[in-house]
Amino acid sequence: MIKLNVNGKAVNVDVAPDTPLLWALRDTLQLTGTKYGCGQAMCGACTVHLDGEPTRSCVLPVSAAVGRRITTIEAVDSGKVGHAVQEAWRKLDVVQCGYCQSGQIMSAVALLSHNRKPSDADIDAAMSGNLCRCATYVRIRAAIHEAAKTLA
Amino acid sequence: MNAKLNPSVLAEGADLSLHNLSRRRFLHGGAALTLGFVLPAAAADKLPAAGPGKAGDGLAAAVKFEPNAFLRIGADNSVTVIAKHLEMGQGTHTGLATLVAEELDADWAQVRVEGAPADAARYNNLFWGPSQGTGGSTAMANSWEQLRKAGAAGRAMLVNAAARKWGVAAGDIAVSNGVLSHAASGRKASFGELAVEAAKEAVPAEVRLKDPKDFKLIGKHAKRKDSAAKTNGSARFTQDVHLPGMLVAVVAHPPQFGATVKSFDDRKARQVKGVVDVVAIPQGVAVLARDTWSAKKGRDALSVVWDDSAAFKLGSAEILARYKEMARTPGKIARQQGNTDAAFAAAARVVEASYDFPYLAHAAMEPMNCVIQLTADGAEVWNGEQFQTIDQAVLAKVLGLKPEQVRLNMLYAGGSFGRRASKDVDYLVEAAHIVKAIKGRVPGNPAVKLVWLREDDMRGGYYRPLFHHALQAAIDANGRLTGWRHRLVGQSILIGSPFEAFLVKDGIDGVSVEGASNLPYAIPNLTVDLHTPTDIKVPVLWWRSVGSSHTAFSTEAFLDEVAAAMGKDPVALRLELLAEHPRHAAVLRLAAEKAGWTTPLAAKPGERRGRGVAVHESFNSYVAHVAEVTVARDGTIKVDRIVSAVDCGTPINPDNIRAQVEGGIGFGLCAMNNAITLKDGKVEQGNFDGFAPLRIGDMPQVEVHIVPSQKAPTGIGEPGVPPVLPAVANAVAAATGKRLRDLPFDTRALAV
Repeated sequence: MIKLNVNGKAVNVDVAPDTPLLWALRDTLQLTGTKYGCGQAMCGACTVHLDGEPTRSCVLPVSAAVGRRITTIEAVDSGKVGHAVQEAWRKLDVVQCGYCQSGQIMSAVALLSHNRKPSDADIDAAMSGNLCRCATYVRIRAAIHEAAKTLA
Repeated sequence: MNAKLNPSVLAEGADLSLHNLSRRRFLHGGAALTLGFVLPAAAADKLPAAGPGKAGDGLAAAVKFEPNAFLRIGADNSVTVIAKHLEMGQGTHTGLATLVAEELDADWAQVRVEGAPADAARYNNLFWGPSQGTGGSTAMANSWEQLRKAGAAGRAMLVNAAARKWGVAAGDIAVSNGVLSHAASGRKASFGELAVEAAKEAVPAEVRLKDPKDFKLIGKHAKRKDSAAKTNGSARFTQDVHLPGMLVAVVAHPPQFGATVKSFDDRKARQVKGVVDVVAIPQGVAVLARDTWSAKKGRDALSVVWDDSAAFKLGSAEILARYKEMARTPGKIARQQGNTDAAFAAAARVVEASYDFPYLAHAAMEPMNCVIQLTADGAEVWNGEQFQTIDQAVLAKVLGLKPEQVRLNMLYAGGSFGRRASKDVDYLVEAAHIVKAIKGRVPGNPAVKLVWLREDDMRGGYYRPLFHHALQAAIDANGRLTGWRHRLVGQSILIGSPFEAFLVKDGIDGVSVEGASNLPYAIPNLTVDLHTPTDIKVPVLWWRSVGSSHTAFSTEAFLDEVAAAMGKDPVALRLELLAEHPRHAAVLRLAAEKAGWTTPLAAKPGERRGRGVAVHESFNSYVAHVAEVTVARDGTIKVDRIVSAVDCGTPINPDNIRAQVEGGIGFGLCAMNNAITLKDGKVEQGNFDGFAPLRIGDMPQVEVHIVPSQKAPTGIGEPGVPPVLPAVANAVAAATGKRLRDLPFDTRALAV
């Protein structure tokens, strides 16, 4: 058994220590909002927060997450920034297929937590690891600015 | 298990919805709508909001009023629209709900959407005859009358119920934002309050649809119905399905198309904790485990010897060389007008160019997957279902069932771009073979979730076909464009598929030449011909915008070269040649005007900037893009801005039209730098390092202008894609004087 702290709760997962955090979240804990896209930290669909920092859970062995605060999309609205980002995403109807959007939102929340007034260049840099095949990028930029406005 | 996702409850819901409906035809227009009735309360309580398709969210209240197959009104005042089309990002669920809610005069906030079950008798695509499915940008176009009539019928029945209850004339009752009212008596009631009475009213034989000037939702911004679930992790995709005892299957696929399993050693795979079984199937060797990671580890531990005696072993370079050789001789005629040979014989000047297009992967963010469970009376499937009728028939055959014994649950698809509309049901069939293979071997016949990892998805074939195009234009002594020859070489998507009988005529696959054979320009002498090689065994499929994904490039980039040769402005020449095609001309004019076509593009000293244009019709929608680019000294192209004009008939949801055009632009731009290539028959790319969707830093600014229209709406999921790359190539030529004719672009030629 491996003990994790997920969304503020202590949970036990019975998986091999080399199992990526992604699969412990999805298959064992059934927190399926965090998505599998590439398995190699190239698309960002699996982004979660580890002690507040955006982390690609598809390449992080679950053993390395022990003792860290893990936050997933399911709990992101409990924070002020997370809530603002979600609201901005909804206001601007950012989503299309939606599959990558959990990861996009987790990266956006991390950006705004560090930088309350990001420029387009800041956004492009912070979000460059999150692929969206529907190419919702115009709205992702706009929604991050919108969330920044509501947080100001 | 999360109660919301409890599959047994969902399954019961699907059952009720399928079997507790009687059927009565009541509307014109080919739509067989069904008349529902009040369900027993106990059963209705179990009916999930998210269910039969389970793409919705929350739990439903008791069903009280179901005037037809597309609409259900609950006593809790909820209005549920049953969406017959797949939501794969294109906004269909929102659009379909808009049509029903408009004529029902519902309040948008009370409207929810639920995916329809597989039932072609009720949910067929009206453009596809007796077949249910989503594709070809037809969802809104085929539903335009059908779903407005469904909403109007519901409204009429509510009004009649109120009239009877209140003892007033139906004509004196007004409906607005989900409330019926009678001004003289001051009586009011919500839909929910009248649901039980409305269910007893006769279904109207005829309904009157609104005058467009009275629309309250159509043409306005009805917010997406899936935004909330897709921003909190609760939206349910196939990848997210968990069933009791379910096994995850990861498959070792052969490295070449057509190779098969010769032998395999699964001893190490079986030692991986969590692995339950290993089975050979026609598509490879499947490892089944309790979870995805164990299945992957098991697959990686397999040792498989492949039989490549029947495998396809050519590389992209050899395929292209063959195509170029084929292009030396005439192909089958797809369009002929005038006397092309005579025009070229008399030409003062001939312009010619050829264009190459690689295989392309759909690369949806959700790799292909599906869940199948054998049940006491058949099989149940969970999938981002795009081709219900075909999938049902083919799966039934593999599983030895009747089509109606295969129950399909339409979940959200994490993108498709054509991939889940599999012409031969490939990945679903693979899953069915796994389920068959473990039957009797694994106790309890557990459900199986087939998971393709990214590499399986990218190397799995079903690509946009590789094409070679050769074009020639004849310009006469008076400077007029008098002749056009366009030869295409590429694999057919349709030949050998169930669609061949309907869509291949005289050996011409219509989707190979669409966009080329219907060239809108007034050129008196024109020949379009096609070679269709049949010995290239790479599986090919429609890829967002299908034939137009290559024909728009060759025709629009070549016309730009012709304009340059004639010394004419690219917009002016197009307009000259589009006199008979006012909708093309209108979007072209609008995009040019909004982009400031006649004003020179600002550039710093030494900077290479250029503007290019392209216009193209696909799926009966018209799109013009003006691209602005900056070309760096090393040849790198930055697309700064795209100004777009769109005519897709009546704009049902302008904000969604903008979203689809923005997304289509980003999707199209990805092909600037990406290709699927083969070497010795093996696909060289496996993940997003080799084939990368556009990243945010490469997304240009986008401006979308919509042409006002009262014509019937046409599609918008695909038409934004085709004109992007030719507009960019034309802009690069304007900036550098160099023509990029082959995809992906080799930008080294642009370096200075």
